Amino acid sequence: MSRSVVLVDAVRTPFGKAGSLYAGTRADDLIVRAMRGLLERNPKIAPTDIDDVAIAAATQSGDQGMNIGRSATLLAGLPNSVPGYSIDRWCAGALTAMTTIAGSIAMGAYEVGIAGGVEHMGNHPMGEGMDPNPRYLAEKIVEQDALAMGNTAERLHDRFPAITKERADKYALGSQEKTAKAYAAGTIQKDLIPTATRSAELGWGIATVDEPPRPGTTMEALAALKTPFRPAGRVTAGNAAGLNDGATVSLLASEEFAKEKGLSIKARLVTFAFAGVEPEVMGYGPVPATEKALKKAGLSISDIGLFEINEAFAVQVLAFLDHFGIADDDPRVNPVGGAIAVGHPLASSGVRLALNLARGFEEHPEVRYGITTMCIGLGMGGTIIWENPHFTKGAK
Amino acid sequence: MTTPADLTLPEGAPEEVITHAILRPVDLTPFGFKGTLALITMDNGLDHTRPNTFGAQSLAALNEAITAAVATAPAAIAITGKPFIFAAGADLSALAFLNKREQSLAIGKFGHDVFRRLGEIEIPTFAFINGLALGGGLEVGLHCNYRTLASTAFTGLPEVFLGLVPGWGGATLLPKLIGPEKAVQVIMLNALNNNTMMKAKDALSLGVVDAVYEPADFLEKSVQFAASVLSGSTKIERKDFSNDPAWDSAIATGRAAALKKYGGAEIAAPTRALELIAAAKTATRSSGFDAEDQALADLTMSDPLRASLYAFNLIQKKRKKVEGAPKPALGRHVAKVGVVGAGLMASQLALLFVRNLKCPVVMTDIDQARADKGVAWVRAELAKLVEKRRMSQESADRLSALISGSADQSVFAGCDFVIEAIFEELSLKQELFKKLETIISPECVLATNTSSLSVEAMSEGLKNPERVVGFHFFNPVAIMPLLEVARTTKTDDATTATAVNVGKEDHGHHKRCSGIRR
Repeated sequence: MSRSVVLVDAVRTPFGKAGSLYAGTRADDLIVRAMRGLLERNPKIAPTDIDDVAIAAATQSGDQGMNIGRSATLLAGLPNSVPGYSIDRWCAGALTAMTTIAGSIAMGAYEVGIAGGVEHMGNHPMGEGMDPNPRYLAEKIVEQDALAMGNTAERLHDRFPAITKERADKYALGSQEKTAKAYAAGTIQKDLIPTATRSAELGWGIATVDEPPRPGTTMEALAALKTPFRPAGRVTAGNAAGLNDGATVSLLASEEFAKEKGLSIKARLVTFAFAGVEPEVMGYGPVPATEKALKKAGLSISDIGLFEINEAFAVQVLAFLDHFGIADDDPRVNPVGGAIAVGHPLASSGVRLALNLARGFEEHPEVRYGITTMCIGLGMGGTIIWENPHFTKGAK
Repeated sequence: MTTPADLTLPEGAPEEVITHAILRPVDLTPFGFKGTLALITMDNGLDHTRPNTFGAQSLAALNEAITAAVATAPAAIAITGKPFIFAAGADLSALAFLNKREQSLAIGKFGHDVFRRLGEIEIPTFAFINGLALGGGLEVGLHCNYRTLASTAFTGLPEVFLGLVPGWGGATLLPKLIGPEKAVQVIMLNALNNNTMMKAKDALSLGVVDAVYEPADFLEKSVQFAASVLSGSTKIERKDFSNDPAWDSAIATGRAAALKKYGGAEIAAPTRALELIAAAKTATRSSGFDAEDQALADLTMSDPLRASLYAFNLIQKKRKKVEGAPKPALGRHVAKVGVVGAGLMASQLALLFVRNLKCPVVMTDIDQARADKGVAWVRAELAKLVEKRRMSQESADRLSALISGSADQSVFAGCDFVIEAIFEELSLKQELFKKLETIISPECVLATNTSSLSVEAMSEGLKNPERVVGFHFFNPVAIMPLLEVARTTKTDDATTATAVNVGKEDHGHHKRCSGIRR
C-alpha cells in the first residue's frame, strides 16, 4: 500500500548566529513559534486533524529535551490529543522527520503530520555531552578525523584534489551573493515567521531576517580567513556553514487529504533514500544517497531541474556537483543560496531545503523534479526527490 | 518637570529596585507596515517573583527611554514588560516612609509627568501588557493609545483596597475610556471585593484593553496588531462618555458599595476615588491629574494608609518569609495529621490541613457520630468548592478520601502533627497531651489552637515538651489571613519550623502569616 504524499507548507524562524540573536531565547520557544506560524498560515487544517508531530534535534537535552516533539506540541497549544515524538539523525534530523511522517502517511496510518527540527547551537554547542566509545579509535572503526566535522571536510579536499580552496571560496561567495539577491527580491522572507527575541541587556525584540548572511563578502576577504582545522588547510569559516540557532517546520499530508481540505500543494514526494559512506568523508554522503533515490524513482540526474543541497561545507557541495558533472555555478543548484550564507542550525536544515525547493517549483513550472539532499555526521547522506505540482509539460 | 533629584528616597526606606527601560527598534515591514516600532522593555533584572515597580529612578528611566524613542522618529512607540510581569505599580515599600506631603505630591506628579507623555506625544503609543499589570502598572498602559493583553495575565487597580486612589492617571483616564459604570466596577467594586483582579477576558469585555493574545506568541501578535492599527486595517473606536447618562448612578453604586463594605463609615480612599471618577466626566486630563496628585498626597499622609500598607506588607511579603521563624529546612516532613475534636473549629482546621498538605487527616471526638459529623462537614466544603469551580471533582475526591474520623484516639499513631481544638480549659488540655504522648512518636508535633491559655503550662510534665507549639488560627479559618505560631521556652526549632511550614498555604486565596509568640 502506498499513497501520494505532498508538502502542504513549510516555514522557519529567522536563523541566528549562536550566542547572538537568540542568546536569551529557548530552543523550544523557537520551534513552538515556527509551529504556530505554520498553523496560522494553514487555517484549513484543524489542529485536531494532525496525526503526529515529529521534531528533530541533534542534542536532546535541556530546552531540546523532554521529548521535544511532544513538548513543543503542548507548548504550541495543540490539543492534548495530538501526539509528538523526537527524531535524531544529526544534521538530517528535519529531513528524517519529513521522511518518517511521509512514510506513515504513505502506508495509510496518517493523513497529515508536522515534521520539523530545531537546533540552538548557542545553548547546545556541537559535541555537547558526547562520549564516543573508545572502541571507535582502538579498533579503528573510524579515524580520529571522523568525529570533527571540519576535519571530515578537509579529508574530502584530500580525496578530491581538484576541489581547491579557491573553488570552495568562490562557491561560498556565490552562496552569499545568491542569498543577498533573494533577500532583495523578497523571496526568502516569504517563509520566515517573525520571532520574538529577548535578552536581559537588550530587552524584547523581533527577529524578522536571518542574522548570519554576509552580503558584502569578497574573494579577498575569504582568502584571508584562517583554516582552523589544519595548518595550510582549505576549510574556513567563510566556506562552511556557521554555528547557528533556528527552527523549521513543515506540514505533510496525503494528497487525497490535501485535495479534500483544499490545502496548498507545494511539492509531491517521489521517494527518498539514505546511504552511508566512510565517516571520515561524511560530506560525500549525498552522492550515494542521491544515486540510490534516483534508482528507486527510475530517474536519472538529468531529470532533476532543481537542487537544494545543504551547504555544511562548500567542498561537500562541490564533490556532489563534480560527481554528477554539474558546474559549480549551475543556476539549478541552490538558486537562493544556502547554509553558508543563511546558516545551518543542525537538525533544522532539512525543512529549509524543502521550503526553498517549493519556492523554486513555483517559479519554475518547466521543472518537473527537484531534490533536497544533505550530508550527515558519522558518514551518511540523505536525499528526497520531489515532483513539482505546478509542472506544465513542454512549457520550457 | 520634576526631576528625580527632588525625589530623594524617604528616610528609612529600602533602596529602590530600579525598573530599567530598554529601547530596541522593531522593523514593522514584515508585519505589513513600512516603518519602525520603538519597543521599550521594562525590566528590573530580577525574576518574576520581584515584579517591576515604579519608584523615582524607575520613572526617570522610563522617561529617558521615551525621550530616546521619540528621537528615533518611529512610526509608533510600545512598552512591554519582562517575562510574566508587565508592572506591579508604585514601589509600595518606599511609600510607607513618606512623611512630608510635598514629597508625596512630587512623586505623584512625577509619575504623571512621565506617563502622560505616552498619551500626549504625536506618535501613536501601545502598551503590550504581557503579564501582571497592577495599579500604576496598568495606569502606564492606560496612558498609551492602544493596549494588548496576554490571555493569562491578571490586571487591576487595587489602590482603593489599599487606601489609595489610582492616582497616576487611572481615576481620570479609565472613566473616559470605558465609561463611568465600568470604571466604577474596576476601580471601586473589584478593589472593595477583596482586591479582585480582572482576567484577560474581563479586561477585554470591559474595554480596558483592545485585544487579547495567547502568551506563546504574544509579542509577535501585539506587533502585528500595532502594524494593522498603523496601516488603518484595524480601527479601534473610542466612545465619548461625557454625555453618558450613567454617571450619577455609577457613582451612587460605588458609594453604596463602599458604605456597605465599611459598615456605613465614610472612608477617605473610596470617597476620594469616587470624586475623581465623577470629575472625569468633564475634567481635562490636566485638571484630572492635578486632582489625583492632591488626593494621593492627602491619602499617603494618613494613618489608615500606613496601617493598610503594614497589613498589605504583612500578607504579601511576610507570609513568604516569616519573621523570627527558624529556617524552613529544619522542619520535619508531615505525612499524617491528627485533629483532636470534630467541632466547627476542628473541622475547619482539618479542611485546611487536607487542602494544604494533601495527606491523611484523622479527626477524633467523644463519640463516632460527632467525628462523622466533622468528616461530613469537610467533605461538604470540598463539594462546595467543586460547585464553585474552584476545585476539580478529581481533586475533591482525592482529598475526601484522605479525611477520616474516629472516637478512638489510637488512630493518631503514626501522625507527624497533632493539633487539639477542644474546650479552652487548661487541665483538660494537659490531660489530653499526656494521653497523646502514649500514642504518638516522640517527634510528632503537639499543637494547640488555644488563643489565650499558656502553651508553656500545657507542655509541663510531658516527656517531650520540646514538641509542643501554639498554632492559633483566627475564626473563620478560610477567611482570616493570620496564623499565630507560639513557641514555649522549651519548643525546639524543628517543631517551630514544622509548624510554620504546615501553616504556609499553597492556595492563592488562602493568605496566612505567622508571627512568633513565646
